[in-house]
Amino acid sequence: MTIQTQTQSSKAYESTVKHGETLVDVQGLKMYFPVTAGLFIQRKVADVRAVDGLDFKVTKGETLGLVGESGCGKSTTGRALLQLYRPTAGTVNFGGTELTKLKGTELRRFRRRMQMIFQDPFSSLNPRMSVGQIIGEPLAIHGLYKGAERRERIQYILQAVGLNPTFARRYPHEFSGGQRQRIGIGRALAVEPEFIVCDEPVSALDVSIQAQVINLLEDLQGQFGLTYLFIAHDLAVVRHISDRVAVMYLGRMMELADRNELYENPLHPYTKALLSAVPITDPELERKRERIILTGDVPSPLRPPPGCVFNTRCPIAVDECRERVPEWREMAPNHFVACHRV
Amino acid sequence: MARLLEVNNLKTYFFTDEGVVRAVNGVSWHLDEGETLALVGESGSGKSVTAMSILRLIPNPPGRIVDGTVLFEGKDLLKMSDSEMRSIRGNRIAMVFQEPMTSLNPVLTVGAQIREALQLHLGLDEDGANARAVELLELVGIPEADQRIKDYPHQFSGGMRQRVMIAMALSCNPKLLIADEPTTALDVTIQAQVLEIMARLATELNTAVLVITHNLGVVARYADRVNVMYAGEIVESGSAIEVFKRPRMPYTVGLMASVPRLDATEKVRLATIEGQPPLLIQEIQGCPFRPRCDWAIDKCATDHPELEEKEPGHWARCHRNPQTDERTRMPAGAAAAGN
Repeated sequence: MTIQTQTQSSKAYESTVKHGETLVDVQGLKMYFPVTAGLFIQRKVADVRAVDGLDFKVTKGETLGLVGESGCGKSTTGRALLQLYRPTAGTVNFGGTELTKLKGTELRRFRRRMQMIFQDPFSSLNPRMSVGQIIGEPLAIHGLYKGAERRERIQYILQAVGLNPTFARRYPHEFSGGQRQRIGIGRALAVEPEFIVCDEPVSALDVSIQAQVINLLEDLQGQFGLTYLFIAHDLAVVRHISDRVAVMYLGRMMELADRNELYENPLHPYTKALLSAVPITDPELERKRERIILTGDVPSPLRPPPGCVFNTRCPIAVDECRERVPEWREMAPNHFVACHRV
Repeated sequence: MARLLEVNNLKTYFFTDEGVVRAVNGVSWHLDEGETLALVGESGSGKSVTAMSILRLIPNPPGRIVDGTVLFEGKDLLKMSDSEMRSIRGNRIAMVFQEPMTSLNPVLTVGAQIREALQLHLGLDEDGANARAVELLELVGIPEADQRIKDYPHQFSGGMRQRVMIAMALSCNPKLLIADEPTTALDVTIQAQVLEIMARLATELNTAVLVITHNLGVVARYADRVNVMYAGEIVESGSAIEVFKRPRMPYTVGLMASVPRLDATEKVRLATIEGQPPLLIQEIQGCPFRPRCDWAIDKCATDHPELEEKEPGHWARCHRNPQTDERTRMPAGAAAAGN
């Protein structure tokens, strides 16, 4: 793909983080949502513990995959990292700056360095704005590229995401799902971020279109040196795109390792069950595979079970699992797991 | 095995203000007793419309079945009266839909909804129907079924609701179960639960299953045979093992290669099928897949290929053989999505 070269804007920020160093450092991240009751006087009666104590790092230039089933807190984690939700507790250090302490203008200025791509290509684009306006809006907010320069920048971005630059005048309804997702990627890319949270960016797309968007994300990462937090529930897609993969369950991290290590040598019983539940696209191999079928459903995050949150569905749980929360341990280099039975 | 269902030259068109959409454009296939057949393809390929046509649930207007026959146990469903058709739906042929929330009635208890079919089709009385409903819920693994039967759909989780749908679908021992994306809305561990239950019960009751899905993994695990649909036509048909191993239609080749594999240790670039499926509103000259095909030759632009038996039991609609013929252009990499 030939992309016309455009020099980085004169307003490019200096990133202090080099490739391979820690870009985002998350410690003890908690995100609780209050549940209130009462008609006139709202009393807090409980907390939904969407994210309950996460420790992890994202390295500059890598893709960290975040998998788990619906309600496990993976999207909340992404949003709390970007301060779209203000965390209940914990720290999020972004290239040396503590994001949880930033407010107002300071935080907004930081948002240039961290962007988000959303799941639903239909509801995440304003139907009354043209594609040019959609991609130009973040530029306007951050005061980047004025007048003709901005138009040029929009065309450059459109080309970078594989769309025809003349599409700037068109409106979202004129595009297919895959093309809309490209527009959403372009919007995130416009302000030259270094970190992008991709929240289920391909889940709503057909398989052949999904492959196009995955390849595009990989190309852009190489071209612009991007760092991704890639949130998805499709384990095959996550294995494909990620360098490291984290598995979440009910607001907590169960396991984190390099992609091949996690898929070839999973330690946590939940990771094992999750992997065995996904069929392989090879009938002869697939029919010989053993499956671990978990019984029951995920408990409510309003009342997570005591001890290990997975103990109610775990095939190897013992008394200790019902009493004590397992520690987050490094079992092998860069292979972390939270389980008493490993 | 006895032939259960035979679809011949089925055409379902939608007559819209913009023109005629040929959603299903002459498909023929069959299903034997107890067999599991998968219908795969991308959105808009005509999978669901095919299923809805069998049950005659196409909204008219704008949709109409304009041609073809659907022989079920030897009788043409398309020629039946509405009341005959009603006695078959939910009885001899049952359906499980994708969205377990919207396909259950929110103001009726789960029990009332399961009892309805039992009383209507099997003529059971209130108590008999209730006892059978509890049995069915136990069969699909709902704990405390005798209590849960009094609950409303919103009191169940997504996976449980889909199991209730399966219990309802199997309540009258149907000969054919049509499952339209039965687990797409569910999480993977729940998907596995639901599919295992469905497969086990279908085997026990000797029910034939038509499963509509875009998940090739589900096809690999459960289907005996597979029909691949593209632009309202069947483009490939054969045993699941054959079609996965030696796909004979470039679209199927592309579909398989564009899905990342869970067991892939090497990080390879995904193959893509460039462009978009054609709009079915225009008359298509030649092969509908030609603009996206890496094997296309001049003939493909003019001659619409027929569905031919390439190997015993393995049919494909293609002038070329992607297993042995050279590509006529390089597979697309990261090129633009086009217009």
